[in-house]
Amino acid sequence: MNPEDLSYTETHEWAKVDGNVVTIGLTDHAQSELGDIVYLELPEVGADVEAGGEFGVVESVKAASELYAPVSGKVVKVNGAATQEPALVNRDCYGEGWLVKIELKDPSEVENLKTAAEYKEFIGGQ
Amino acid sequence: MAKAIKTPLYDRHVSLGGKMVEFAGFIMPVQYSGIIDEHVTVRENAGIFDLSHMGEFYVSGKGAPAALNKLVSNNVEKLKIGKALYTPVCTPRGGIVDDILVYRDADETFMLVVNASNIEKDYDWVVGHLPKGLTVEDKSLQTALVAVQGPQSETVLTEALADDLSELRYYEFIFSVMDDVPVRVSRTGYTGEDGFEVYVDAARAGEVWDVLFELTSGIGGVPVGLGARDTLRLEMKYCLYGNDIDEGTTPLEAGIGWTVKFDKGDFIGKETLVAQKNDGVKRRLAGFVMVDPGIPRRDYGIINIEEKSIGRVTSGSYSPSLRENIGLGYLELPYDDVGTEILVDIRKKPRLARVVETPFLKLIGGN
Repeated sequence: MNPEDLSYTETHEWAKVDGNVVTIGLTDHAQSELGDIVYLELPEVGADVEAGGEFGVVESVKAASELYAPVSGKVVKVNGAATQEPALVNRDCYGEGWLVKIELKDPSEVENLKTAAEYKEFIGGQ
Repeated sequence: MAKAIKTPLYDRHVSLGGKMVEFAGFIMPVQYSGIIDEHVTVRENAGIFDLSHMGEFYVSGKGAPAALNKLVSNNVEKLKIGKALYTPVCTPRGGIVDDILVYRDADETFMLVVNASNIEKDYDWVVGHLPKGLTVEDKSLQTALVAVQGPQSETVLTEALADDLSELRYYEFIFSVMDDVPVRVSRTGYTGEDGFEVYVDAARAGEVWDVLFELTSGIGGVPVGLGARDTLRLEMKYCLYGNDIDEGTTPLEAGIGWTVKFDKGDFIGKETLVAQKNDGVKRRLAGFVMVDPGIPRRDYGIINIEEKSIGRVTSGSYSPSLRENIGLGYLELPYDDVGTEILVDIRKKPRLARVVETPFLKLIGGN
């Protein structure tokens, strides 16, 4: 279920490293737990985010939930399609429903993240 | 806290893919297909709900009508047999112990339907405030409740029952049978749509659910969880006990003053409520729509343009019908005036909202 080539946080974000750019999104487990996502509050391009720091908020009909950055860096792209249509995150959280792209500051931070297998175990084998 | 109770329909919810959560001491489905889909299907077609967590008390005996009338603010003595009534139960200070339905089964026999979170408190309150000669029975756990709500609900119930329901009006009820199972059916609900609530012995709840579920899904309806039940009632500004009303708020402040009958005899809370009516309330439960992005949630602060605190959010959500973010909150007068601009403190950022008329959703031909 959770793609093998991604890294994961305990706060249910995924990170895909491509050179020095990291794409960040919400895991399938998180979108399923939240239910219908209706609002995304994401940083502006150029904003600095810190590993473990809050970079945005996702709101479903029933709850608001903070988003935490898997790695530190500068936001280089924000998924405008997802802020326009937050249900994209429910429909395709590992694809079209990505959230932001960050220019990686310290590649070693990626090593602190969980592998797909570790994340699977973390969420109870789902 | 005691172990959460499974309703008689628990296994059915699980096999339908319901996401189960604990609510008021019961394990209930919060959603199946998704809150928005369930919500929209109820507004456009029909949905089926398990509401077996609600509490049911029977009150009977000589003098029951007059005694109950002292307990509630609406007028039970005027209630005809075969009709139900929505009413607050108030404290001496006018606060709300609970908001309940009273069904008149016979001249001196009534069924009270209370909120799940209040079953124990209400039972103690009712027993403590009714004269000793009356019989009060708590049948909450022996009674299951299945609701079908939505414009197509009459089609479903007509098919399920032997009776013609076209003559059954809003807040009327009948005793009937569904596949040989005795049921009580009332034209009531918490969605604003046409709808029915079916009370049945818990031991036979599965049979009733199966009949109604098959008919509901046969016309494109869906099972509905507590999530959509909340968004449906919020669009109608129906109060949720524990959020919008409690012992610290009065029916006059909550905007349900129509349930307080000052022209009947004495009832608990009357004196305070009369005084509040004469003096005028200082705050009112008002509805607002967000102008800025963000969803108002319970307990978020509300401030005026000068950033002075004027209230607090009691309920809030994305509205699937209006596709806007809506909320309820007690606002100091005169900030409750329609059109007033207020600020909701969402994640430490004041965001603009506007007070609007309620219900948020104007239903054509609705109740």
